[in-house]
Amino acid sequence: MFRDPRRIDIAKILAPVALATLLVACGGEPTTSTGGEGSGLSGEIAVDGSSTVFPIAQAVAEDFQIENPEVKVSVGFAGTGGGFEAFCAGDTQISNASRAIEPEEADCLKKAGIGYTEFQIGVDGLAIVTHPDTEWVDCITFEQLQAIYAPGSKVETWKDVDPSWPDEPLKIFGPDPDSGTYDYFAEEVADPDAEEPATRDDMTQSADDNVLVQGVEGEQASIGYFGFAYYQENVQGLKVIEVDDGESGCVEPSAETVKSNTYPLSRPLFFYVANDAIEQDVVAQFVNFWVANSADYATAVGYIEVSQDAELANDEALTQLTG
Amino acid sequence: MATETFTLTSHRKRPVERAIKIALFGCAAFSVLITVGIIYTLLVDTITFFGNVSIVDFLTKANWSPQSGSFGVLELVWGTMIITVGAMLVAGPLGVATAVYLSEYAPARVRRVVKPILEILAGVPTVVFGYFALNFITPELMRAIYSDCGIFNWGSAALVLGLFILPTVASLSEDAMRAVPSSLRQAGYGLGSSKLRVSMRVVLPAALSGVVAALILGISRAVGETMAVTIAAGATPQIAFSPCASVQTMTAYIVQVAGGEASTGSVEYGSIFALGSTLFAITLLLNSLSIRFVKRFREVY
Amino acid sequence: MAVRIETLTRRRSWTTRFGDRLAEASLLAATAVGLIALTVLLWTVLDQGATALNWPFIRNFASRIPERAGIWPPLVGTIYLMLLVTAASFPLGVGAAIYLEEFAPRNRLTSAIETNIANLAAVPSIIYGLLGLALFYRAMNLGRSLLTGALTLTLLVLPVIIIATREALRAVPHSIRLGAMALGATRWEAVYKQVLPIAIPGIMTGTILGLSRAIGETAPLLVAGAAAFVAFTPDHLLDAYSALPIQIFDWVRRPQPDFQALAAGAILVLLALLLTMNAIAIVIRNRYYRRNR
Repeated sequence: MFRDPRRIDIAKILAPVALATLLVACGGEPTTSTGGEGSGLSGEIAVDGSSTVFPIAQAVAEDFQIENPEVKVSVGFAGTGGGFEAFCAGDTQISNASRAIEPEEADCLKKAGIGYTEFQIGVDGLAIVTHPDTEWVDCITFEQLQAIYAPGSKVETWKDVDPSWPDEPLKIFGPDPDSGTYDYFAEEVADPDAEEPATRDDMTQSADDNVLVQGVEGEQASIGYFGFAYYQENVQGLKVIEVDDGESGCVEPSAETVKSNTYPLSRPLFFYVANDAIEQDVVAQFVNFWVANSADYATAVGYIEVSQDAELANDEALTQLTG
Repeated sequence: MATETFTLTSHRKRPVERAIKIALFGCAAFSVLITVGIIYTLLVDTITFFGNVSIVDFLTKANWSPQSGSFGVLELVWGTMIITVGAMLVAGPLGVATAVYLSEYAPARVRRVVKPILEILAGVPTVVFGYFALNFITPELMRAIYSDCGIFNWGSAALVLGLFILPTVASLSEDAMRAVPSSLRQAGYGLGSSKLRVSMRVVLPAALSGVVAALILGISRAVGETMAVTIAAGATPQIAFSPCASVQTMTAYIVQVAGGEASTGSVEYGSIFALGSTLFAITLLLNSLSIRFVKRFREVY
Repeated sequence: MAVRIETLTRRRSWTTRFGDRLAEASLLAATAVGLIALTVLLWTVLDQGATALNWPFIRNFASRIPERAGIWPPLVGTIYLMLLVTAASFPLGVGAAIYLEEFAPRNRLTSAIETNIANLAAVPSIIYGLLGLALFYRAMNLGRSLLTGALTLTLLVLPVIIIATREALRAVPHSIRLGAMALGATRWEAVYKQVLPIAIPGIMTGTILGLSRAIGETAPLLVAGAAAFVAFTPDHLLDAYSALPIQIFDWVRRPQPDFQALAAGAILVLLALLLTMNAIAIVIRNRYYRRNR
């Protein structure tokens, strides 16, 4: 029979595709850096929320999954506000926050029937940073920060803030409104008297603190603020500015000053877990793991560990929850 | 071709044949469903959004600050526009020049090498162009010219975007030029014109519709592009003229909000759909225009 | 169109010839810009990324510690997405193209559908992301899952496959169809048994090229909910996932130069993937193009 050479055997095409699919599907699990003993624990945990707490959560999730290879933890950084929204919608079991939960968010959870427990797992010093070449400022007061960041602020140059500073344009960076860091800074510094504190918005805002670091590092005469850990990670490229709240003089953020509360912009870091979720073994173990090692993870990432009292409170809450 | 009908069909095959035809029609109809889906999705959330925000304010104000409830889109439009203009300043002249060279001057073996390379350039994902902007264009190029350029600036975004759409403009223009019949060229040469004159005064005007179509398509792609501009230009919605300044495009804003997972129904969530509708309208307009020019070109030849 | 007629009494002076040469050189230079840019880009990526490329890099999970970080989950995610998108878009796309090319009557409905598809192919990819967000993520409640991402990308790729398949079908000589039907085949039999086998290489080429576009897409996946930090490979369709372009985006945004190097490494892997796919497409096209001539 004459066979048209132009015709293709469908089988010849499908076979390699099928083979490839088979290979990928049956490809074994990748080796982890330390061979986990396969604890048998399995399940999924969805974590989201503060980008400040994200590095801690990521570190905890990483190590937890190495020890329990069958567990899947996904960690997002939608911001404290965004995290609570997902938490209230039931999309996540654990919500990270760089501020305490707000009344509206608590209401939402109440309406949704989601009981929750708060754990404080670190302390952050909110760092005010600038480009290393910005030599004229070593210390900045609350008033000056407010002048720069208040909503509707018209400050454009460093000179506008303080006449002794040069007439250089201010390049301003800060987190966006989904961020707990934003909330805290607005309430403490930029807009303390308002009912709904806010900061100015004609600046570069990003929920991704890495973008802020890149921005401050990359622009002369820049100013920005974010969690202390992000400063610690990028010490060479940033200059930290001491803060004066008008009472205790200029204080530089460090582990000691934050822990002892002498640094005026210290704030607690939390995660919230849904009480129902704790019934799942995987979530209970994860929470246990985090709380038990909270000091290690907080400091490893660049933050400060919680006080003894807070640790005791955590233990109590944990026993109440799981006991 | 589909209109010929033949009566030599075997009757027993009919039911299966009809079923297959219906299934295939379903596939084709599905594509219509996608368009319907896009329009419906965009419209619904956009309308909800404009229930909360005045559409006049949206279109005319230049103050984009969602947290204080201000949704004047002009700042984001500026970001998109200035980067698109910058990109076309790069891709337009270079693309058309490349097309002229490839179609009129280049020997066959040069074409064989250059065309695939241009195709590769077109196939590089735009994330990579963003990386390129951040790691090479800004530090090496922009900072060489303006030493205190910010790390996020629209100049590098425009440059990199121009590189991205260059192959599109070049290859479409080249197709248009190659389609010009040789007889026209021969006529020009026969009258004693130089190659340059023939290319510029004969071929290019003849291929004009096609070239214009290519340019319009380039603009459309630049407007809709997301990743390169998000990485390179930063996130500052402002009307700034200096290429060293950071701006935010409509697409970059959508990524910022959607990545932050604003809740359904919130005004911010609605704003990304309003912007999406704006983008869709703009690119639809540009694409239709481009197709019209292509049709006009094809009619002539 | 107007054809300008140059005067017959022009002097061919050396300035003209020089002008010609200059013009040619400028055009060549313009062409070279694109090529130089590509070279510089590849060189930048290679320079930063080559150091990052090693087997642990491929097999490890993402980590906050650059030395420990790898691309396994995003790589697997990208491959899964590719397979899912192929499985979904190939039948739909080829089916639609066959209908439009072989069966559809030449009426206004058909040309409306054709215009529609041409427009869809040019819609910015982020719009597909919004569609995926509203439809798959929210309305169908698929959430941040592999399925959401795959379906979103399928919609993106569909118009491209339809257009490519139509081109491939058009390239088949009409005599084949007529011959088959003259011998008693039904319309479908003619298409399935005669036209399609000849058009398959063109169809596959188009499909692969469409897929390679989908693989590099970041914006639609970001908008439709790929996860931030995922240290596992998705096991079933509703799992969270990551993809290579997403991981690249994440690493590019980190200020530490170590992560920029990791981004470059991941870019190299992505480019290698794309290059392989394009090479396969070209091989198929060349091998069977000659046969069809």
